[in-house]
Amino acid sequence: MGNMNTLLQLLQSSIAFGTIIMFGAVGEIITEKAGNLNLGIPGVMYLGAISSLVGVFFYEKNVADPNPFVCAVIAILCAFLAAALGGLLFSFLTITLRANQNVTGLTLTIFGSGVANFFGGLLNGFSGGVGQIRVETTSKVFMAKIPFLSELGVVGKLLFSYGWLVYVAIIIAVLSQWFFNKTRTGLNLRAVGENPATADAAGINVTLYRYLATCIGTGIAGLGGLYYVMDYTKGTWANDGTIENLGWLAVALVIFAIWRPKNAIWGAYLFGLLFWLYLYVPGLDRKTNELFNMLPYVVTIIVLVFTSFRKKRENQPPNALGLAYFREER
Amino acid sequence: MQNNIAVKLQDITKTFGKQVVANKDVTLDIRKGEILSLLGENGSGKTTLMNMLAGIYFPDSGHIFMDTDGEGLKEVSICSPKDAYALGIGMIHQHFKLVDVFTATENVALGLDKSIAFNKKQIAQDIKAICDKYGFKVEADKKVYNMSVSEKQTLEIVKALYRGANILILDEPTAVLTPQETDMLFDVMRNMKADGKSIIIITHKLNEVLEISDRVSILRKGEYVGTVDTADATVSSLTEMMVGQKVTLEIDRKEPKDIKERLVVKNLTCVNKYGVKALDNVSFTAYGGEILGIAGISGSGQKELLEAIAGLQDTVENSSIEYIAPEANTPSQLIGKTALQIKNMGVALSFVPEDRLGMGLVGTMGMSDNMMLRSYRKGFIFTERKGPKSLAQKVKDDLEVVTPSITTPVRKLSGGNVQKVLVGREIAAEPTVLMTAYAVRGLDVNTSYTIYGLLNEQKEKGVAVIYVGEDLDVLLALSDRIMVLCDGKLNGIVDARTTTKEEIGLLMTHLREEENDNG
Repeated sequence: MGNMNTLLQLLQSSIAFGTIIMFGAVGEIITEKAGNLNLGIPGVMYLGAISSLVGVFFYEKNVADPNPFVCAVIAILCAFLAAALGGLLFSFLTITLRANQNVTGLTLTIFGSGVANFFGGLLNGFSGGVGQIRVETTSKVFMAKIPFLSELGVVGKLLFSYGWLVYVAIIIAVLSQWFFNKTRTGLNLRAVGENPATADAAGINVTLYRYLATCIGTGIAGLGGLYYVMDYTKGTWANDGTIENLGWLAVALVIFAIWRPKNAIWGAYLFGLLFWLYLYVPGLDRKTNELFNMLPYVVTIIVLVFTSFRKKRENQPPNALGLAYFREER
Repeated sequence: MQNNIAVKLQDITKTFGKQVVANKDVTLDIRKGEILSLLGENGSGKTTLMNMLAGIYFPDSGHIFMDTDGEGLKEVSICSPKDAYALGIGMIHQHFKLVDVFTATENVALGLDKSIAFNKKQIAQDIKAICDKYGFKVEADKKVYNMSVSEKQTLEIVKALYRGANILILDEPTAVLTPQETDMLFDVMRNMKADGKSIIIITHKLNEVLEISDRVSILRKGEYVGTVDTADATVSSLTEMMVGQKVTLEIDRKEPKDIKERLVVKNLTCVNKYGVKALDNVSFTAYGGEILGIAGISGSGQKELLEAIAGLQDTVENSSIEYIAPEANTPSQLIGKTALQIKNMGVALSFVPEDRLGMGLVGTMGMSDNMMLRSYRKGFIFTERKGPKSLAQKVKDDLEVVTPSITTPVRKLSGGNVQKVLVGREIAAEPTVLMTAYAVRGLDVNTSYTIYGLLNEQKEKGVAVIYVGEDLDVLLALSDRIMVLCDGKLNGIVDARTTTKEEIGLLMTHLREEENDNG
């Protein structure tokens, strides 16, 4: 029974961890499918995290009896919109001004982490006391478990003992998979990322599609930041750079999932498993457990090598990924 | 008579930049249910004219009239490919507009009007109906990257038909097809014509014009020459209309003197990436002290020929390129050596590639840095900058390159000045063989004459000049001998002083062997 519990704990923490990067990866897949390579994912996850925290902090502070539902709405809106705003900035720079996407994305990451850590530190200062803020009402809403089901023994604990954002992440991933493959808009979006000139000739508005895909994609990635602060760290803030590490894992997960949201679901949990594995391996010290921390990146490299070898066209990145598009003039 | 016209182009003019007039006052009728060939040399403005029907370009002046409802011609304005589709015009470009990772069905569905339900099964059925009607073969679920060129082309035509095209424009459709595939294409073209559709085929292959079309319209240097019924046309009458009267150019051409063998090419054969022979058993000799012009429809093997000599192109066994250096008596074999080895052997081949900024120069670097691309191996650890700098200054002064300074990035210069930089650098290397491809493409008259002068100067110095050109008047006035390539084969070498434009035009478009076979 002891082993069983250990395994359950490992799986539970993997799923919680995986949810954060699943949001980031699915958001980035939507962005990349339209041909925009946004390396600002860690930055927008930071923006989503800190904005939701700031929003509900002031709501909870100024209202005597905060309404849990309003808390949740404020948190989600703040996270999504702040992250999407980062995406809008990225879109304007790369699509309209045709700035280099790699440079712009990295800048967005640095910007997001700077903004978040600045305001995070400020918030912790406001809260007085031990210098650690807590948004209790809101984090309770996000951490609420499904009643009854979550108590159904091992199965219940494994499948139903999480905050509801865990399921939202899966739903978003499934929906976007369906969107890419079954809808007209999804087909048009993929065409924009594969061959914008062809899409343009077919009468598709390449600029509009890229703007929308990038903003919605970064908005979803921002929800990863929301889940991190509200559920994973229980409504607190720490200037420890964890979100940035998670953001890069999300970018790696996009490659691991070979640009398919459905693969991002199990891929995210696998990354979570590999990330926490060191806690359950006996005899590790602080040096050797770093070796375990790189496992997610190692499997990503293996996937990259593998897909590059097989050269199957469906498993390659979108053809126009990272390239600005402008109509050809003679 | 008036109501059997589907499209009427009137006084269409289109210019690019200030100098390049692609079309000038072109007036053209396209009838309902006919196959019209649009014939002309490279750069005669055929594709540009049709692009204006397809909504890619918008004419500078002129009118387009269409009979869209069977009630006579009305003026229309076509601003985008979408407008063209709405009017029933579909163009199949040389570079296909298809998404590789999509299936045939998905490509057809792309960007369709919202009023058509997004139902892939339904669309696949509709595709099949179109295929059955006209005799196409399209596999609805096949991915485009698995398709042959012919299948992709078929898909493009089906895509246009699905969107209700009544007027189909095919831009050199047979250039990429095998003879069997061409026959298949012609069959479906006849089926479409029988269904009342108008088809315009852009081409410069005379035998195809005579085989497939009802009428032929000819463009020359952007201007409309005339239209004839195919039944009344012959290969030579069409050639004459295509190349036009000889224009005398005042190029100072000296009699070659003291000519010596420089390059002896024997049985040169190259295979392109599709496994087709780009060059087929070509043998010739280039002499120092003369200009050897190379004529041919573009894509007849000119690029491969120059690249093979420069060591950039793989050749098939038995090919031989021998180089005889000025002071040597024994020839040295160039095949099997890399471009650098050829240079290190003391063989000085200068190469002006077709794509000036792509292969010849680095756009973001200045003149002096671009000069250094030829000498970057000089100097110990640090590059040697002084030489290139003074060379850049010399080229700038001698050739009157208009640039703010020799460090200004060359991409900011006009086409003519870029060309001067490139040719100036190649000539400064004091070559014994100088190869140029389309050296005056897009240049104004004065700059062109500067370049002709430079080439003649080199010839008088004893350099073997090989000039690949597209303007027959220039080839006739500049070259001493003209070698004509047709479909990768050497179709004849003629004396430039005594030959005629018609003779060269015929050699370019009509393989002599074929005539022998037929007769």
